[in-house]
Amino acid sequence: MFAEATEAATEVVLSSGWFLEHAWVIPVIPALSFFLIIFFGKRMPKKGSEFGVASMLGALVFAGGAAYQWIQRVNGAPEGAFVSPVVKTWTWWQNSGVSFGIGQHVDGLTVAILLVVAFISTLVQIYSLEYLRGDRRYTHFFASLTLFSAGMLNMVVAENMIQLILGWEIMGLCSFLLIGHWWEEGANSRAALKAFFTTRTGDIGLLTGTAILFFSANEWTTKTLGVSGFSIRGLSSWALSGDPGHAAITMGAVALFIAAIGKSGQFPLHTWLPDAMAGPTPVSSLLHSSTMVVAGVFLVARLYPVFFKGMDILGGSANFIVVIGGITIVIAALLAFVQTDIKKVLAYSTVSQLGYMMMGLGAGAWLPAVFHIFTHAFFKACLFLGAGSISHSSSHHSFEMKKDMGGLRKFMPITFGTWIISTLALCGVFPFSGFFSKDEIIDNVGHNGYNVFMIVGLAGAFLTAAYMTRATYLTFFGQPRGASAGEHHEEESHDSHAAHDDHADHGHDAHDSHEAHASHGPHESGWLITVPLVILATLALGSGFLNAAPFGEKWEHFKKWVEPSAEVVSPTGIAYVVGGVGETRVASDTPTDSTVAPDAEVVTLVEGEAGPEMLRSTPASGEDAHSTEGEALMADASGEAHHESPCGTETPAQGVCMAPQIHHAPFKWSKAATSMLIVLAGFLLSLFVCIQLYEKKNKKFVGLTERNKVLGFGYKLLVNKYYLDVLYEKIIVRSIAHPIAAAVYWFNQKVLDGVVNGAGTTAKGIAGWVYRNIDQRVVDGAVNGTGNVAQGAGSALRPVQSGKVNQYGALLFGAAAIGALVLVIVNT
Amino acid sequence: MFVNQFLILAAVLFCIGVYGVIARKNAVLVLMSIELILNSVNINLLAFSMRNGSLDGHTFALYIIAIAAAEVGVGLAMVLLMYRNRRSIDLDELSEMKG
Amino acid sequence: MFASDVLFAQNIGFAIIAAIMVFGALRVVTTSNVVHAALWLVVVLAGAAAQYVLLAAEFVAITQVLVYIGAVMVLFLFGTMLTRARIGAESDLNNKNWFFGIPIALALFVAMAMALDSGFGSQKMPADAAVVTTQEISDQIFGPYLLPFWALSFVLLAAVVGAIVLARRD
Repeated sequence: MFAEATEAATEVVLSSGWFLEHAWVIPVIPALSFFLIIFFGKRMPKKGSEFGVASMLGALVFAGGAAYQWIQRVNGAPEGAFVSPVVKTWTWWQNSGVSFGIGQHVDGLTVAILLVVAFISTLVQIYSLEYLRGDRRYTHFFASLTLFSAGMLNMVVAENMIQLILGWEIMGLCSFLLIGHWWEEGANSRAALKAFFTTRTGDIGLLTGTAILFFSANEWTTKTLGVSGFSIRGLSSWALSGDPGHAAITMGAVALFIAAIGKSGQFPLHTWLPDAMAGPTPVSSLLHSSTMVVAGVFLVARLYPVFFKGMDILGGSANFIVVIGGITIVIAALLAFVQTDIKKVLAYSTVSQLGYMMMGLGAGAWLPAVFHIFTHAFFKACLFLGAGSISHSSSHHSFEMKKDMGGLRKFMPITFGTWIISTLALCGVFPFSGFFSKDEIIDNVGHNGYNVFMIVGLAGAFLTAAYMTRATYLTFFGQPRGASAGEHHEEESHDSHAAHDDHADHGHDAHDSHEAHASHGPHESGWLITVPLVILATLALGSGFLNAAPFGEKWEHFKKWVEPSAEVVSPTGIAYVVGGVGETRVASDTPTDSTVAPDAEVVTLVEGEAGPEMLRSTPASGEDAHSTEGEALMADASGEAHHESPCGTETPAQGVCMAPQIHHAPFKWSKAATSMLIVLAGFLLSLFVCIQLYEKKNKKFVGLTERNKVLGFGYKLLVNKYYLDVLYEKIIVRSIAHPIAAAVYWFNQKVLDGVVNGAGTTAKGIAGWVYRNIDQRVVDGAVNGTGNVAQGAGSALRPVQSGKVNQYGALLFGAAAIGALVLVIVNT
Repeated sequence: MFVNQFLILAAVLFCIGVYGVIARKNAVLVLMSIELILNSVNINLLAFSMRNGSLDGHTFALYIIAIAAAEVGVGLAMVLLMYRNRRSIDLDELSEMKG
Repeated sequence: MFASDVLFAQNIGFAIIAAIMVFGALRVVTTSNVVHAALWLVVVLAGAAAQYVLLAAEFVAITQVLVYIGAVMVLFLFGTMLTRARIGAESDLNNKNWFFGIPIALALFVAMAMALDSGFGSQKMPADAAVVTTQEISDQIFGPYLLPFWALSFVLLAAVVGAIVLARRD
């Protein structure tokens, strides 16, 4: 029975439902709402915000329905089977043979992120009702926020890369609009431009990578799956099929990862994210912590097979993704120590946490990384909204921790409580949600053999605990300072740190009304602000239990619902099992066994009731080469629910793979306790330093950076953000743009008019230039070379620049005629 | 009918158009010369379409006619603007672009 | 015999129309009267429409007449009248360096003629070419070439807006 391939397979009937089939409606709702706000918003009683909130509630209901039905679908499927995504495509546009679809690709990852985005968007819009009340561009704010949600949701449900790019770029545009919401302040519009240009730099990679992958994969996907080379499904299975050449898939993956670096604020393009805090706080909370910046992480998770093969993840050595992620964790966490602006601390914390996600993905910890997107969204959004609540109600629109905060725990008990819960979640303290995701990432990174990066992760956990303790201490403990103590800033001092200041724009209308109550001293915010905070804090506490590995497998719901099974399936989505039970990564040492004789491959059908138990009990003797290893591994992997699949390590002989086989680290309390101790050490050490430094003003600590040279150097490096901005703006931009500008200027100034036109002069000029130039080069060598080239070209081209259209036309056609003549004569 | 008789005719019209673009000073006449060039391209497209028995040339000939209409519209608007600003439509007076 | 008669007639027709077109084109670029140039251009464009009919492209020919001769020429005449104070012969329609055009045009023609000669030599058109119907063209435009059609629509929209913005007085 095993020797013969069984190609026929009965279909595993997967349940579906209206919400799953119509998940594409979710981005459409806010998109329509955007137009309603733009066209009718100003005439509505609530200035258009009601459209925004209503559309987000609608999207949330739809996303919840889709998530519920997806869970039904997974639960109805046989355990361990590949639950095929719900894919729908309509032709978007076509041109002479090439057509692109638009549609939906809904699987566990999609519904998880859809739910997060819709949920956080809803809460943030409710919060903004209060936070931006009376703002000058209130309607536009809600329009941009709603459009952003439409873009992000569209990216998440995207069926193909083109649709994904569409959503990606809409997000970039809205990020620009929202960061620069108060553009009257020069710093805000600069920050908006910086964010836009930096992410655009990465977006070049997105376009390039998509093009590379399309042209490499299109033939295979069209033949095998009947979809274009843009399709997510097609690219995923193509990457694992053995068809892609090494260079093509590596280049494609690297290019796409550059896009992820830009969007997700990874080193070295992370510099825009802290500056983006110039936007209103709800924007920071929604776009720049919980949703938009995870788009890069989402991209990697979405096309994981491409990165898995292209970057050689789990290949035994460090790869690009894990290195970038690791660097980002540490450098961003260090930067968070020297910030005095509470939002910047949170921004660097976001960068660092995104580094965790990337590191997890790069080290094969797919599920923990995705789960970290999920939990991080809740607690980081809560932290940002908490910071906004403080500045809104207590600190006179300032975000300066040292100047304007302190001792706020008595005045703002709800904000304080939610902040503490989210901080503990961020630091990964058991049993808060961060523990179940972050600790799993660190654990799995170590389990997959990336020991160095496990240590990086633990160091990051220590740093996270330390800087969050510092921020919490400065904000909520000690004595009230500055605005929190009821002082009013002088205008000058306020403007001096306007760059970090959210509301520094005194022109904006909200200010007057706030001024009135800000002078009453710090107090708790209104219910429109506290209710979202409480909801988010509850989730920051509770969402981790969706995938609570410590309590055994039956708690790992998220894993069951979201992680795609690495099963070999037929192109139509019907499950096969190829290669028997015992085929493991060990077998990749002798891959010829399975590729040379495909007939010997074992194709078993997964029936509705055939769980992994049956598969495991099937004798693997059909494959003599692997039987012993297979049995050995069977014993080893008895704790795992998944059978071994060849996906990711070798080419399936029949059918396609949709996801690579990944192992999960078994949970051990000893490891968790170690990381808890490290976090505790971070808390205590940081608390000790804070008390000494800020409370007791201990002479040993105050001014340490001025006295100690090494510390002083480190401090200076951190304050200047590793000089990366200097590198980008002063050195790179200036070295590229400045000479061009100078050359153009020189050209304008020096090229004289009244030069005799005509071909004779041109020829003479070129001859003279060649003569002089060669002469000069022989004499002076290469030192003066570049200058002479510029000068020579200038003098040679001087008569050409007469400014007369006809002459340009004559030169153009003359050159074309000469070129054509040469070509014709050569070719005939 | 030879294929070449149409192609050579198109080539002749093209070269006359090129001569017009180079030699003429009056902006309207330059635009007319450009129309000659575009028409020669259309003849080429249709000749090849007939030779290959395909319809693609027809489609693109129509597109070119539409593009030419747009080009003339914008071009003449520019000529009007130029005339309004300097009471002349001689192209050799427009040398602000001189290097 | 009938077919060859038709072919013979076609060739005669082609030669006559082509001669008129070349002459008209030369007048367009040499005449010293802008309005005359526009009228000569009408001759060339009408000749081109006739050539399209010979090439079994009736729909394109009709479009040529409607769009070019009908609309574009009116535009040209309007342009001429709005920009020129007087209508009549002028002496300074050419550049100072107009003679550069001759060698360049000749060189281009030589290059193209050589390429065409070596490329197509004495190839003949298929004698049984069916007239292309409007329906076939619309199937092309609204089928595989829909995307360029959209792009073109945007170009036209931009041209309309641009022309208005450029030409209005403000």
